Amino acid sequence: MHDSLSIVAQLLLLLPFVLACFMYMIGVIYSARRQRRWSILRTCSWSAGCMLAGIAVAGPLAVLAQHSFFFHMLGHLLVGMLAPLLMVLGAPLTLLLRALPVYYARRVSWLLRSRPFSLFTDPAFATVLNIGGLWILYTTGFYEAMHQSLLLHIFIHLHVFIAGYLFTASMVYIDPTPHRAGYRYRASILLAALAGHAILAKYLYANPPAQVSTSEAEAGSMLMYYGGDFIDAVLIFLVCLHWFKAARPHSQQAGHPITQLDQ
Amino acid sequence: MHDVKKMDYPIAVRYASRNLWSGFLFGLGLIAFIDEAVFHQLLHWHHFYDKATTNIGLVSDGFFHAFSWFATIGSLFLVADLRRRNTWYVKRWFGGVLTGAGLFQLYDGTIQHKLWKLHQIRYDVDILPYDVAWNITAFCMLLSGLLLLIRTRPKRIKEDG
Repeated sequence: MHDSLSIVAQLLLLLPFVLACFMYMIGVIYSARRQRRWSILRTCSWSAGCMLAGIAVAGPLAVLAQHSFFFHMLGHLLVGMLAPLLMVLGAPLTLLLRALPVYYARRVSWLLRSRPFSLFTDPAFATVLNIGGLWILYTTGFYEAMHQSLLLHIFIHLHVFIAGYLFTASMVYIDPTPHRAGYRYRASILLAALAGHAILAKYLYANPPAQVSTSEAEAGSMLMYYGGDFIDAVLIFLVCLHWFKAARPHSQQAGHPITQLDQ
Repeated sequence: MHDVKKMDYPIAVRYASRNLWSGFLFGLGLIAFIDEAVFHQLLHWHHFYDKATTNIGLVSDGFFHAFSWFATIGSLFLVADLRRRNTWYVKRWFGGVLTGAGLFQLYDGTIQHKLWKLHQIRYDVDILPYDVAWNITAFCMLLSGLLLLIRTRPKRIKEDG
């Protein structure tokens, strides 16, 4: 485990993503059987997300990430940010509700409305889980310990993905979300999260985790900063786009100036 | 560009502040983008991290970075919203852009560069001419922005009618 990533860890981490992809395809088939064809774009988005997460946790990139902080950061961007975004855009819960028989679909929507679920989809909770987790990982002994323990390695990678997914889903409502936070609240929390990510990226530039050389910390930190920017821009765009659609003026007549607004 | 005189005045007045804030946020995002693209990436004058950086500087930089990203994208959606409502008042909007850009550059040039020593404009040169040019530019932008905002304030729109 110390020198290279064991094959067991790679397979154990790969399994959930393979299963997720497989289950989704079954959902697509069942949805089509009920005469409701599922969007090909959403299917592609979900599969691409599963594939990118898989590439990051198993195979050459995962092995490289054991030795190089730069590649570790690349993996982090894939597992914690890009894959969750693509998978949220795949709208898995909507697909699930469509594919299930009505009785079970009702059970699922009951679960979605339940209290514990509302906590998980709260932007503030998801942000603390996501950004807080990263701060703990890189500023304490966890990063070094992760390379010694198989269990910790699996736990941290799963945590990074789940926290990233919850965070994305709590900001951008693609799937049914019974407990919706307002745009201002989401925007402020998203702002704080982006800042927390950017500050940590620059902090790592000067304060590398244990056993990471200065040059590697610098390269990894800049990748985290600018790579994060790219995905954050998509998140901001989606939040703003949804606001733009929701704030559509109702009294608008095509081609005519509006006389009654906001009332 | 929509001619504000042709709009009915209550709308121009009602959306005056949204035009201002949309422009202000865009100006802020624009200057941050120029800073990143020109001074960091093209000229390599600015550094990603400076040895003199304090923790408070790092935090302020992080928040401003996040805010400028949000401001750029959000303000353009606000423009799209103003346009679909037929209430985009370009002159006032530009007043907001210049004010936002000027204010941010002045903040960057005085507080971030000098007070918190986050980074400097250039390294290993006499910094004074750069600092002076930077802050004078900022001041001019801010002044012309404020002037435009005064000229396009809601009260004046009513009087011109």
